[in-house]
Amino acid sequence: MRHIISILMENESGALSRVAGLFSARGYNIESLTVAPTEDASLSRMTLVTRGSEEIIEQITKQLNKLIDVVKLIDLAESFHIERELMMVKIKTTTGEMRDEVRSMADIFRGKIIDVTPTTYIVEMTGPSEKLDAFLAAIDPDSVIEAVRSGPTGISRGEKGLHL
Amino acid sequence: MELSGAQILVQSLIDEGVEYIFGYPGGAVLHLYDALFQQEELKHILVRHEQGATHAADGYARATGKPGVVLVTSGPGATNAVTGIATAYMDSIPMVIISGQVSLPVIGSDAFQEVDMIGITRPCVKHNFLVKDVTKLAETIKKAFYVATTGRPGPVVIDVPKDITAPQITVPYKYPKKVSIRSYNPVVTGHKGQIKKAVDLLLSAQKPIIYSGGGVVLGEASKELIEFTHTLGYPITNTLMGLGSYPATDKQFIGMLGMHGTYEANMAMHESDVIIAIGARFDDRVTGKLDLFCPHAKIIHIDVDPASISKTVKVDIPIVGDVKPVLEQMLELIRESKKKPDGIAMANWWNQIRQWQAVNCLEYDRQSPLIKPQYVIEQLHEVTKGDAYVTSDVGQHQMWVAQYYPFNKPRRWINSGGLGTMGFGLPAAIGVKLAFPDENVACVTGDASIQMCIQELSTALQYNTPIKIINLNNRYMGMVRQWQEFSYQSRYSHSYMDTIPEFVKLAEAYGHVGMRIDKPEEVRPALEAAFAMKDRTVFLDIMTDQTENVYPMIEAGKGHHEMKLRVATGTSTDRELA
Repeated sequence: MRHIISILMENESGALSRVAGLFSARGYNIESLTVAPTEDASLSRMTLVTRGSEEIIEQITKQLNKLIDVVKLIDLAESFHIERELMMVKIKTTTGEMRDEVRSMADIFRGKIIDVTPTTYIVEMTGPSEKLDAFLAAIDPDSVIEAVRSGPTGISRGEKGLHL
Repeated sequence: MELSGAQILVQSLIDEGVEYIFGYPGGAVLHLYDALFQQEELKHILVRHEQGATHAADGYARATGKPGVVLVTSGPGATNAVTGIATAYMDSIPMVIISGQVSLPVIGSDAFQEVDMIGITRPCVKHNFLVKDVTKLAETIKKAFYVATTGRPGPVVIDVPKDITAPQITVPYKYPKKVSIRSYNPVVTGHKGQIKKAVDLLLSAQKPIIYSGGGVVLGEASKELIEFTHTLGYPITNTLMGLGSYPATDKQFIGMLGMHGTYEANMAMHESDVIIAIGARFDDRVTGKLDLFCPHAKIIHIDVDPASISKTVKVDIPIVGDVKPVLEQMLELIRESKKKPDGIAMANWWNQIRQWQAVNCLEYDRQSPLIKPQYVIEQLHEVTKGDAYVTSDVGQHQMWVAQYYPFNKPRRWINSGGLGTMGFGLPAAIGVKLAFPDENVACVTGDASIQMCIQELSTALQYNTPIKIINLNNRYMGMVRQWQEFSYQSRYSHSYMDTIPEFVKLAEAYGHVGMRIDKPEEVRPALEAAFAMKDRTVFLDIMTDQTENVYPMIEAGKGHHEMKLRVATGTSTDRELA
C-alpha cells in the first residue's frame, strides 16, 4: 500500500542523507521525497512516499523514529489529509493549433501558462499526483519537452498538526 | 577558562570521567596528541592498528559497562576503525570514537588523508557528529556520551577537523553537566497495560520459556532477571550475548539457544506455548528458519528499542522499556496476583525438559588421544574457577566457550555476536585487563582469528596487561571447514593455511611467554602454569583435533526441532533425533 510519511527533523547538514541512507541500507523503496525548512528555521519537514506491507511500513516508521535527528513523524495515509504535487511541463507549441490545444487543456485542469516562447509553453499545475498524471495522459506525449514534478507533499486535516 | 579545541577535547573526556582512551596518532590529530602529552589524568593506550583500538575500547566497555573511547586520525586511521565501530554497533556497545578530519576549508577537496567519515560510518553508528565550531565542541562531546550510553546503547563518532583543535584559537570552556536533545527521548518504564497483559499471559502458561539476551547485560538487570525467573519457576535460556546474565549453573537454566544451542533449549522453544523475550532481538542465529519458529507460542517481548519489536518475528505483547524497570514492574504484579503458575503443568513441562536434557547433547569423545577443544575449555573453566573474563574471536572456539564455560556473572563473556568479527578477542582482552588488572583474563581464539589482530601482542607488552591466550590450533578456519564438510561435500576451499606461524616463537618475539601443547594430559598443567604467571602474557598454542565439529547444530533453513546431534560413539557421523 502507498504511504505518505511526513517527518519533522532537525535542520542539520546530513539529516537528509541519514533518511536516504536508511532506506537504501534496509532495502525500503522511496517513490518520492521532498524536503524544505519549516516556519521554525531549526526544523525541516520531509514528505516521503513509500510502498510496502503493514509490517514494512511499521519497520520504516520505527527505524525513522530511531534516527537521532528525527523529531516526530506521522503516516498521513492513516487519516484524512490533503496532498498536493507541483508540476511544470514544457510543451512544444510550434503551430497555432497546438497553442490552442495546450491552452484549453491547461484550463480544464486548472493549470497556468507561466512562460511563453515562440515555440514553447510552460504549464504550471498543482494537485494530487493522479491529476498531474491525467494531464500528461491527455496531451500529446510527443509534444512534451520535459515535465518536472516536485513529488507529493501533504498535510493532515483538522486541528492536529505535526510540530514540536 | 580559555582553552584550545585540543585542550577542550581532552578536558571534556576527563570531566566525563573517562579513564582510558585507545588510539593511534596521525597528522589530523597532532594537536590533540600534543594536548594529551601535557596532562596525566587521561591515560592513552597506544595500539598497533586502529581496529585494535576499537576492539580494546569495546572490550573495556563490555566488561565495565562504561563507554569505551577511541581516538584515531583521519583517512586510513578512520577507515581502519570502521570494523570495530560496526562490531560495537551490532552488539549495542556504548563507545565514543573521535576521528581526526582534515581542516574545514579543505573538506571535500580530496585532501591528503581525507575520507568522509560521517558518510562511511552512518550505517554503523547510533549517531555521528561533525564539529564545525570550536565553541560547540564540549557540548557535542557531552551529547555523544549521552546518546552512546542511553536507550539502546551504541557507538557514536565525533569527527573533528584539524583546525578546530588548533592551539592558536582558544575559547571559554565549561563542560555541560547535563544535556538534552529534543529529538531523542528514550523510553524507560514499560506501558502498564501491556505489562498487566503480559503477566496474565505468563501466569496462564502451560509450557513457558524465558528467552533472554544481551539487553539484560547492557541494562544491568541480571539481579532482576534471576528474581523474576526464580519467582516463576520457569525454564530459562540465554542467547550468545546474554550468557552470564543468568547463572549458567542454576537448575532452571537450560543452556544457550539457537544454531549451536542445547537440544533442550531449542526443543523447549519449539514446544513452548508462551515465550517471554527479554532484551533479545530474534536474531537469525537464534530463530533458525522463521516459518518454523516456535509454532505454538504466544510471544511477549521486552526491548528498549521499539524497532527490535516485530522486526522478524511477530510479537503478541510488545513492551518498550529498559529491561530492569520493566522486570521490576512485572515482578510487583506477579507478587500481587492471585493467580499462580500452574503447578501440574509446570511439573509436566519440567519432566519433558529433563528428558531432552538426558540426550546429553554436549557430550563428546573424552577418550580421544587428540586434544579435544571442548576439553580445553572445560579445563580452562576449572583452572579459573569459572570466574575469569573470557574474550573470544569468531568461529568454532567461540561456540565451544559458549557451550563449555558456564558463566555465572554478567560481563564476563566478551565476544562479537552480531557482526562476528575475527580479530576481536586479543585487543578486547587487553581492554578488559586494563579495567580489571587483578582478574584472570583469557582470550580463547583460533589459529585463523588470532592472526587478524596479532599485532596487539605488542600493545599487551607495552601496557603490561598479562592476559592468557588460549589458541585452539586446528590448522583450519574451523567453522568454515565445518560448513564445507556439512554443506559442500568436504570441499575445503581455502579454509586451510599451509604456513601457520610458529606461535610460540611469535609470542616470544613480542616479549611474551609461548607454550605449545600437543597432548591432552599436558593441557591442565599448562593452563595452571600459565595462570600462575601473574605478570606475564602467555600464549598457549594448543594443537587440537583438526576434524572436531561444533554440535549440536541447526543447519541453515532448519527449525529448532531439527537439530543435528553428535552420534554417541563420538565418530564424525551424525544422528538425527527429531
